[in-house]
Amino acid sequence: MEFSFALLTNAIVAGLLLGGFYAAVTAGISISFGMLDIVNIAHPAFIIVGSYIAYIVNIELGVDPILVSVVMLPAFYALGAIVYQVYYLSFEKRGQESLRGLAFFFGLLFVTEVLLLIAFGVDYRSVNAVYIGPSLRLGSIEFPLRLLVPCLAALAMFAALQLFLSRSFIGRAVMAVSQDPLALRLMAVDPTRIKRIAFGISIATASMAGAFLIIIQPVIPSVGRDYIGRIFAICVLGGLGSLPGTLIAALLLGVIESLTSTFYGPSWAPAVSFGILLLTLAVRPSGLLGR
Amino acid sequence: MRTPVFILCEVAVGAALYLLFRHYGNDYVFFAGYTVLQYIVLATAWNILGGYCGYVNFGSAGFFAIGAYSSVFLHTVGQNVDDIATGFLAGPMHVIFPMPVPVLIVFGGVFAGLVGLGTGYLTLRLRGVFFAIATLALAVVLQTLVVNWSFVGGSRGAYVIPPNTVPVFGPYIQYLFVLMLILVIVSLTTARLIERSRLGYGFATIRDDELAAEASGVPTLKLKLIATVLSGALMGMAGAPFPYYLGYVEPSSAFDLSYAVNSIAMPMIGGTTSWVGPMIGAILLGTLQQLATVTISSVGNLLIVGLLLIGFVIVAPNGIVGLWQNWTRKRSKP
Repeated sequence: MEFSFALLTNAIVAGLLLGGFYAAVTAGISISFGMLDIVNIAHPAFIIVGSYIAYIVNIELGVDPILVSVVMLPAFYALGAIVYQVYYLSFEKRGQESLRGLAFFFGLLFVTEVLLLIAFGVDYRSVNAVYIGPSLRLGSIEFPLRLLVPCLAALAMFAALQLFLSRSFIGRAVMAVSQDPLALRLMAVDPTRIKRIAFGISIATASMAGAFLIIIQPVIPSVGRDYIGRIFAICVLGGLGSLPGTLIAALLLGVIESLTSTFYGPSWAPAVSFGILLLTLAVRPSGLLGR
Repeated sequence: MRTPVFILCEVAVGAALYLLFRHYGNDYVFFAGYTVLQYIVLATAWNILGGYCGYVNFGSAGFFAIGAYSSVFLHTVGQNVDDIATGFLAGPMHVIFPMPVPVLIVFGGVFAGLVGLGTGYLTLRLRGVFFAIATLALAVVLQTLVVNWSFVGGSRGAYVIPPNTVPVFGPYIQYLFVLMLILVIVSLTTARLIERSRLGYGFATIRDDELAAEASGVPTLKLKLIATVLSGALMGMAGAPFPYYLGYVEPSSAFDLSYAVNSIAMPMIGGTTSWVGPMIGAILLGTLQQLATVTISSVGNLLIVGLLLIGFVIVAPNGIVGLWQNWTRKRSKP
């Protein structure tokens, strides 16, 4: 493809917008993997469930997908709390999280995908909203609203999460729980309860990320797999459990992926995240903003 | 049981199975049996790293596909020998190609082992979970590479037409079945040898407490790399005959997620502590899936596997072998 300045700036802008969305997708993993040490590889499956719920309500009732996802937040929170309770009783309490806990989440990922496959088939599904289609233009730079709206909503969600974690008592307890559960106990806080709340929040973010996903691209059940490498690459590059780091890493990955698909073709984009993941693990395992 | 005796037993069971199939069965039995045998190899290979060392590999499909695509690559080179090699190279190249399937199996194992070594070297020095995540992403990246590599067919796939019959064995599928039977014997013997050697005890120390093992002088990184290479190579070897089995390979069938799921589910359901567990799990789940594919649907049987995996890791952490051991222990105590 011919190189031009307009092409380059458009690719960077699209990458930044995509990066904002990636930040929302990774936020849940930054909490569960980064802060709680729970390797929830089933997170993308919950995101896809969020996409399909937004899809059903949007098609049946014509409600805006982002609104649907906000309404669904408590349901996803409850789902997350239940999953954590099962995980805690079956694996964490018995000290078997490393092998069997991972297999459990892998099974969860797989079963969810197959159930969605049985229910919805392999057709691509998409939603209707006024902002899908038109673009804003600023000189030669294009801002597709399809990317801009999810990006802004994702950043708002991200800011709310960061405020909650750094200002509220429970939020600070979440940050502390993986570092020193004993100290939490001494302050009369139950670490298991804090972890359950935090895991509930991490799954709740999947509801919104799912709505953003189906606005950005049509969804099939297996699309979640493409996001596993991406979210873990972002989470590790950002420095596990640091939300600002996650945001920077997400924007970075978005831009690199966008440049790759513009100049080398979209079929190469999935390899980018893995390259970044391996490079990070080899060169700086603590990530950009890791402690 | 001494190892030579064990191998003799395996050969006897394998030969009996082959003769039984040949006498009573038709080609379909061989096709179905091949798949089950392939799962025994994959499950045993996964267990060398997962069960003995405690390191989870989610990329079985990737290693399997490396084997399959190394065969496709070498097959395609063999088909185009005249375009690739000219002059003095043409003579030797014609002697080397086309390669017989046993040689392709060795190559598949070597390539997959090398990829395992590379991934392991980069990620195994860190916390175990990073290795798991890297293998998860590895399959996606390898698939991306294959999709973009037109020499091996790209996303359109590649045809590998096997001959109809082979001397001695008759139908080609019987030849492949016997090759897979040999691979099963190789992998079970390897797993059993590891269990009873210094290597196996080293692996067990890593699984139980890596920090303590490191502190008492166990070369953990070296052992983990050995396990990764062995496990990856066996998976690649299981994948190498795959193009000849189907006659056609495309990325989504070679990288099918069901390989990754099955090779984790089978050891987990059978039991991860000894070589018997993965074999039992693979025979049970493999046969069940062959039956379910015919009677229910191919999606339905994947659901069964996933639910069984979740159920077993929650309720019976040591699998069928563990349940059996508990049962016999209870009976022996009055």
